[in-house]
Amino acid sequence: MQTYSYYPGCALERNAAVYHDSLMAVAESLDLTFTEVADWNCCGATEYITIDLIPAYALVGRNLALAAEQNCNGRSLVAPCSACFLNLKKADHYLAQSPELNRKVNQALAAGGLHYEPGSVHVKHLLEIITEDVGFEKVARAVKRPLFGLKIAPYYGCLIVRPVFDGTFDDAEQPTSMDTLMRTIGAEVVDFPAKAQCCGGHMTQISEAVALHLIHQLLKNAVDHGADVIAAICPMCQLNLDAYQDAVNKHYGTNFHIPILYFTQLLGLAFGFGEATMGIGQELVDARPALANIQVKPLKPVKRKRPSKTELPMPPKLQEVRSCLKNE
Amino acid sequence: MPQERIGVYVCHCGSNIAGTVDVEELTAWAGEALRHRGVVVARDYKFMCSSLGQDLIAKDIKEDALTRVVVAACSPHLHEATFRKACADAGMNPYLCELVSIREQVSWVHTDKAAATAKAKAVISGGVERVIHHAPLEPMSVPINPATLVVGGGIAGIQAAMEIADSGFHVYLVEREPSIGGHMAQFDKTFPTLDCAACILTPKMVSIGSHPHITLLTYSEVEQVDGYVGNFNVTVRKKASYVNSDLCTGCSVCEEKCPKSVIDPVFEAGLGYRKAIYRSFPQAVPKFPVIDADNCIYFDTGKCKACEIHCEAGAIDFEQEDQILELNVGNIILATGYDLFDARRETQYGYGRLANVFTSLEFERLTNAAGPTNGNIVLRDGETTPKSVGIIHCVGSRDRKFNNYCSVICCMQSLKFAHLVKERTGAEVFNFYIDMRTAYKEYDEFYQRVLSEGVHFIRGRVAEVTDVSNTPEEEDKLVIQIEDTRIGRQRRIPVDMVILSAALEPRHDSDEVAHQFGISCSVNGWFIEKHPKLDPVATMTEGIYIAGCAQGPKDIPSTVTQGAAAAARVLGRIQQKEMALEPIRAEVTEALCSGCRICNNLCPYTAIVFDEAKEVSVINAALCQGCGTCVAACPSNAISGTQFSNEQVMAQLHGLLMLNIMEPVVS
Amino acid sequence: MNNEQFEPVIIGFTCNWCSYRAADLAGTARVKYPPNVRLIRLMCSGRIDPTFVLQAFAGGADGVLITGCHPGECHYLEQNLKALRRTMLLQRTVAQFGIEPERVRLVWASAAEGVYLANAITEMVEEIRALGPLNWPQVAALNGKSHVLTPAIASVVVSEELVEAAI
Repeated sequence: MQTYSYYPGCALERNAAVYHDSLMAVAESLDLTFTEVADWNCCGATEYITIDLIPAYALVGRNLALAAEQNCNGRSLVAPCSACFLNLKKADHYLAQSPELNRKVNQALAAGGLHYEPGSVHVKHLLEIITEDVGFEKVARAVKRPLFGLKIAPYYGCLIVRPVFDGTFDDAEQPTSMDTLMRTIGAEVVDFPAKAQCCGGHMTQISEAVALHLIHQLLKNAVDHGADVIAAICPMCQLNLDAYQDAVNKHYGTNFHIPILYFTQLLGLAFGFGEATMGIGQELVDARPALANIQVKPLKPVKRKRPSKTELPMPPKLQEVRSCLKNE
Repeated sequence: MPQERIGVYVCHCGSNIAGTVDVEELTAWAGEALRHRGVVVARDYKFMCSSLGQDLIAKDIKEDALTRVVVAACSPHLHEATFRKACADAGMNPYLCELVSIREQVSWVHTDKAAATAKAKAVISGGVERVIHHAPLEPMSVPINPATLVVGGGIAGIQAAMEIADSGFHVYLVEREPSIGGHMAQFDKTFPTLDCAACILTPKMVSIGSHPHITLLTYSEVEQVDGYVGNFNVTVRKKASYVNSDLCTGCSVCEEKCPKSVIDPVFEAGLGYRKAIYRSFPQAVPKFPVIDADNCIYFDTGKCKACEIHCEAGAIDFEQEDQILELNVGNIILATGYDLFDARRETQYGYGRLANVFTSLEFERLTNAAGPTNGNIVLRDGETTPKSVGIIHCVGSRDRKFNNYCSVICCMQSLKFAHLVKERTGAEVFNFYIDMRTAYKEYDEFYQRVLSEGVHFIRGRVAEVTDVSNTPEEEDKLVIQIEDTRIGRQRRIPVDMVILSAALEPRHDSDEVAHQFGISCSVNGWFIEKHPKLDPVATMTEGIYIAGCAQGPKDIPSTVTQGAAAAARVLGRIQQKEMALEPIRAEVTEALCSGCRICNNLCPYTAIVFDEAKEVSVINAALCQGCGTCVAACPSNAISGTQFSNEQVMAQLHGLLMLNIMEPVVS
Repeated sequence: MNNEQFEPVIIGFTCNWCSYRAADLAGTARVKYPPNVRLIRLMCSGRIDPTFVLQAFAGGADGVLITGCHPGECHYLEQNLKALRRTMLLQRTVAQFGIEPERVRLVWASAAEGVYLANAITEMVEEIRALGPLNWPQVAALNGKSHVLTPAIASVVVSEELVEAAI
């Protein structure tokens, strides 16, 4: 049984409630306990830091201070939302870097009787916890109904592997941890080169054309590579890709109809939870037709057509990209 | 009465010293104040290093029966040898002369004449005290074994081995792979002349293979190095090749008949195949194949033996074992080359994921007429000729994530690639560079030529190579995303093929090799030369030389130059027959040694060994480089350092603090 | 010497390959620094016996400057690291003798760093000047001790090597 402090963030209480519900169910299957930080507040999302630095950091600092205060055993703090994760990690990093920022933020925190010592809370993303702390073996043991035949495009978004503060848990350009995780639960993972590109974030509210361009690129790339479903790890990503599919179709004359599910929903299905429990059906692009593709048995591996006599060999896959990054 | 008769000589160095130091007062003071320490004569002279100045000293040595000389002048690094020789010529042991610096360390760095003169007095006082403890020494002499070991059979090692062997001295050339030739043998054309690499390299390789003075040890690695300059003992492991080279005719029937084909990660850079029994390439030297036991069907299953069945000469020997050879050599040249940066680590360029991204070495094989495509520049499918090609410079070099340094050859190599693509396919070629570095004879002319051929040059650091397309033109292409810094815009260039000019990196095992041979590596992992400008092929360890890319990235001309230079240094040593070593060494006084062995681990040259029988530590004088660390560490004062003994240093300290003046010691 | 500025005496140990050449280079480049430092040339900073340093203090020096090649650039591979260890230990030891540890200073200077070495010397002279005279011989004389170091004290210092041997 591993215990973590849990910072849900605003989205998980509203539009991403299914993310919260599914991750809690999955956590139980994986012997994880998530203890919610009491009295947490909004992290300021992606914009506030660019508007007013000190209050933005104070906002995040308050959450860190609360987590530190309520957590005497040095537990890691888990954030399932990529923006929350990055804000928490970034604030911790820059507070440690800049004594001036640290002083001002703590001055603000003092008004609420709080204090935060940079470095005292270790922030982790949910994906990192499941792939690294729990490990693929344990995940595999929890699988009751493998997602055979379901073609998944694992979508990481841009915030969890970049920027690198204290060593990233996955490659910044072509992360692979969720690929392995999805394969572990029996699904097929399609090549999805756009997997770490930006979903546009709040650009939908600022410049819709820019956002639609980014969303279109992601949807097209996943569909081009034959995905049935896109697995998301961030409420913002899920929202943009799901809710703006109609707008993209209108704008680009396309006809995308690809469901966007949280990776925890997919894990939950594989762990034997029912579709309703996993909140399937609450998404705008209905996932049920795609999930009907799930087979009882693994698909026969597609016979790779014999390479032509002239074909040149590819270099072998670099297995240790992550560990070699960590060694630097 | 003091036992020594000391002469003190103060140099004016024109006004260089005399301008800031009162040399007359200094001289008079030395003659008076240090008389009780044995100074019998003190003189000043305008230029002590001139022949007249030297004569002055020689005359005093003879007439005043001087037993010690102190010269206060410039830095010992400048004129120590001059004054030692002057003393020797006058019949005094040269090591009884001490040169103290009152120019670089007094007159040139201070302005106040009184203070400078006072400091000069202290410096002379230190020199006088120190010289009393000098001992007459003879330079040590070690014989030089005329045989030489060259490690690495690339062009650097080939050049070095050839120069030495042609001069009539024996060379052992050790190469890890089954054939010599190194990276150069993989290339098709060489810049900037575009002459064929094989045409200029293979004749040299053949000469090496047939040279009466060269013992070629391929498929071999150095396991251990003992000894010191002039007399190294080297243990070499010759890996079992399972082919009896006395019987093998090199007919290559075995290769044809071998049913097991494997990707060749070394010579073909992973782009082509070889058999389980193979020669690296048809012109391999030596011509004998080796069996790669890891991939051989017989070694795996106990069945097959196709090679043995078809070998008319009966040369296949599955029972062969590794051989351990002991070599005695006087000098060693390390020419171990480089590894190519693993471009898969630069994930944003997609190498290993995107089929049509190639490394520079893969592309060399692609253009090589003897390569997997017979020199046809095609995509990974082996058929399609690219219509557009992007060449990315500085992949893994000039990059803080990987290597800070410039890999030197990439610009020229990329220009060569651009030219070859243009010439053979007519494709559009884009070069993506940070700075264009074409600094060498006829290199920039080549750049001009490639420019005039219509190759596009885009300045900037490529952000990514992606197969995510944004527009119909980008469909099924590799898109290169870059900030074109000359127009200040982001650009997306769709191409069919991408070539990554990957960095040259130190060999993955360069640290272990350096340690094995007692030399050191720079922060980046390249072997460190004795002096970056004035001694680029010697190392801090006598008798060990370095050449080629093992010392740092370089092109073929520079590599050959270094190979030849290292050979010349070795030949110079061999011609000397024996070598004089500065007698700056540590010695153990056995009677004082308690056998605690503290010193044993402190020596970086493993010059100190423990004599189990006598229970004392013993220093090998030829291995000892004279750093003195053990002298300082010995708790029993059992180790003395010649020329830098405790007595000498303490006496100099005593003198520098003028304690000899405050408390005259009367013996 | 009431009105006169205190002029400390500093003994500098230099490495033949780097810092001594840096001192030469400072001279060739005519970089100025105060004349309070008197240099002793050794082959390597690893040659520095802690006894030398204590003897320098015992003999009236107000500070000791130890110089060597930058880590990784030692002429003898890694002996400068041994000097580093000894210096750190020495600073602790002299503190126990009542000597400010700042009086022992370690500076890495390559043969190319003449200006850097000159600046380091200037800085150290100012720092020692601020600390004032050490007067160890006089203090020792008051206590009835000679300024000659006894082997017993020296052996305490070299025990660092014993520690290493034990490891």
